Amino acid sequence: MNVLDYISHFFGDGALWHGYDGIPTRLGEHVVYSLEALVLAAVIGLPVGLVTGHFGRGGNTLALIATGGRALPTFGLLVLVVTWFGFGTGPAMVPLVVLAVPPILVTTYEAVRSVDPSPVDAARGMGIHESRILFRVELPVALPLILSGLRSAAIQIVSTATIAAYTGLGGLGRYIIDGLSQKNYEKVVGGATLVAGMALVTLLFFWAVSRFTVSPGVRRSE
Amino acid sequence: MNLSRFFDIPSDLQHSYAGLIGLHLREALIPVLAGLLLALPLAQLCVRFKWVYPPLFGITTVLYAIPSLAFFVVLIDYTGLSETTVMIPLAVYSLVVLVPAIVDGVRSVPQETLAAATALGLGPVRRYLQVQLPIAVPAIIAGLRVATVSSVSLVSVGMLIGNQGALGNLLNDAQIYHRPELAVNSVVTTALLAVVLDAVLVGVRMLLTPWMPKESTAR
Amino acid sequence: MIRIDQVTKRYADGTVAVDRLSLDIPDRAITVLVGPSGCGKTTTLRMINRMVEPSEGTILLDGADIRDQPVNTLRRSMGYVIQNAGLFQHRTILDNIATVPRLLGWSKPKARERAAELMGRVGLDTALAKRYPYQLSGGQQQRVGVARALAADPPVLLMDEPFSAVDPIVRKGLQDELLRIQDELGKTIVFVTHDIDEAIKLGTMVAVLRTGGHLAQYAPPAELLTAPADAFVEDFLGADRGIRRLSFFPSAGLELRTEPVVAMDAPAARLTAPADVPYLLVVDTDGRPLGWGAPDDLTAGAIDPARLLNHGRPFTPGRDSLRTALDGAVLSPTGWAVAVDDEGRATGVVSQQVIGEAIRTAHAAGREDVTAAR
Repeated sequence: MNVLDYISHFFGDGALWHGYDGIPTRLGEHVVYSLEALVLAAVIGLPVGLVTGHFGRGGNTLALIATGGRALPTFGLLVLVVTWFGFGTGPAMVPLVVLAVPPILVTTYEAVRSVDPSPVDAARGMGIHESRILFRVELPVALPLILSGLRSAAIQIVSTATIAAYTGLGGLGRYIIDGLSQKNYEKVVGGATLVAGMALVTLLFFWAVSRFTVSPGVRRSE
Repeated sequence: MNLSRFFDIPSDLQHSYAGLIGLHLREALIPVLAGLLLALPLAQLCVRFKWVYPPLFGITTVLYAIPSLAFFVVLIDYTGLSETTVMIPLAVYSLVVLVPAIVDGVRSVPQETLAAATALGLGPVRRYLQVQLPIAVPAIIAGLRVATVSSVSLVSVGMLIGNQGALGNLLNDAQIYHRPELAVNSVVTTALLAVVLDAVLVGVRMLLTPWMPKESTAR
Repeated sequence: MIRIDQVTKRYADGTVAVDRLSLDIPDRAITVLVGPSGCGKTTTLRMINRMVEPSEGTILLDGADIRDQPVNTLRRSMGYVIQNAGLFQHRTILDNIATVPRLLGWSKPKARERAAELMGRVGLDTALAKRYPYQLSGGQQQRVGVARALAADPPVLLMDEPFSAVDPIVRKGLQDELLRIQDELGKTIVFVTHDIDEAIKLGTMVAVLRTGGHLAQYAPPAELLTAPADAFVEDFLGADRGIRRLSFFPSAGLELRTEPVVAMDAPAARLTAPADVPYLLVVDTDGRPLGWGAPDDLTAGAIDPARLLNHGRPFTPGRDSLRTALDGAVLSPTGWAVAVDDEGRATGVVSQQVIGEAIRTAHAAGREDVTAAR
């Protein structure tokens, strides 16, 4: 049996298309976990990255925080958090957010900091408020890079959210963890295929978002 | 939690604390090295033939998205419950991170510099080794830092496939023996390993690129 | 009027960018701050719209301290143009220009209408309105920068090396355009440059600053060329300031000779030159100069324009300066300059000797005409 056989067997199993362990349910759970983690990470990473990038200070501190965040082993953190706080969606979010904040934080900082200073100077000279300069002058230009940071964070979350299943939660990781303990490789491969598919959809989603939000003046001048 | 037994490693792991660290380093670093050795020619291929890059980028993104655990499990069929099973996916992830980093780095070498090198009579191989590669070092090291840190972190997941996770195996024992300090030990030691390796790479970058302005180590 | 009064800018590390500088900047004129890098010219400019705050001293705008009004109100009342234009790459040309009117609360249609009008004024084709900055050349981008600064019709325009990044030919076009716009609008312009020729060409008043932020001389350009205050200014002005000063003397008073001007189809009787003129200037049927010819070489009814000597670059009396007239004479193989009217028809010729006389007379009388500089 090879991987392709596993995949066709998995998706050919009609029983897996409904019920609490069905693909739609697990997929939905996975999407919800991923979105929650991404939103939380963005709420932390974006404002800090934007403000530090705007003032061009604190880059070394950010790099330190980001290195620290990346260094924390996601799986170990999950086990630790669950040991301390028990099972549940809340604890499972912690390692995912810790995983996603560094790329968002660092790319946002870099994106804003590397905006050409002369339009910013011109804007300041025109009497545009500092906050407006950040949102109307710097953000539109920094947007492609910021989106790429969010995108790589999102893909890492989608892939890593599978470990939530280790703590008894749902999501596509269920197939992988259960498949492993039941020695049911069909299930493992099927689950992995779904996760990879979801990552591709995430990629497409971000591509579409950047199509709609990035000004053609910025897109074409790159 | 009993901190006095922080370094008291259960005997079922068959390794001392230092032994686990050594094992962890081996399982994390060999894949990064393998990834680098594969990434260098692949990246050069992408630089030489521009059309190679977009499809390669697509494939690597999908590979990157495959959860490590699933990757491990699929490989069990072929390589069994072994270190190799853990290291192969980690090598793939490293490759995925390193190829774009090297491509960007090599591409960032100014066209004038290359033209000057050619005009000085440097052949393609010398030009690559003496001009392009050195100038790409900062970008390559930046990629290596990300690859190394994530590799160190991911080794722990190997615990789930028959205790192949080195320091990650402490997480399992923490649960079996109800000794949370072992989980703390695992997380802290792994994180410290990652930070130290990261710092070493920054040091290597500084040694290799004395021509770079000193001010920022950001990224 | 902008009065810069005993202003000093000292940075935290102790460097002094501007040292007790006092300048009265006249209304509705172009005042140029010029000097080598590190002379504090840009710092001075940026203190006027408070992008930099002075360490000591005050700056008064129409008698009131500029610190009396909110900083953004002050900045919106002053147009600001910088070296690389600093356009917003995510906005169209039209929306770039409409920025300040929109800030001031104009409606979108009104702001855009104003922006379109300004595109015309700075010599931009309105077909470019929907383009993005990356689609424009450097010179065009700089025109957009000027239009954007003018959009809300501010009385003051601050320009920080606006034309330094474009090539010499485009720069000349932009300079001429600025002078034309200034003739129409009469703004109070403060212009920073490191190019002394640009300063002399554009400035009504020129402030020469030296390294360390000291004012070396503050004078109209002609005075600068005539009487540099010290060796630094003289050195900064460069070698041929005597010749360049001629730009400020009008060519209107030159006595033109008309007898040496002959038409293509002139009869043989006309093809003789006065004793003191060795050559004849041949013109076409419209009166436009074709070239010089020796009387002996010219055959009535059979003059070949291709065999005539180049007549050099003609000057227009009244519009051009003595410098242009002299230049025409020096470049002409015969040593005579050709004068033409606005339509390019030859109105006469003048010799180097006569121009030399005029220069001596003008120097003696100290007669200078600022408008002739252009």
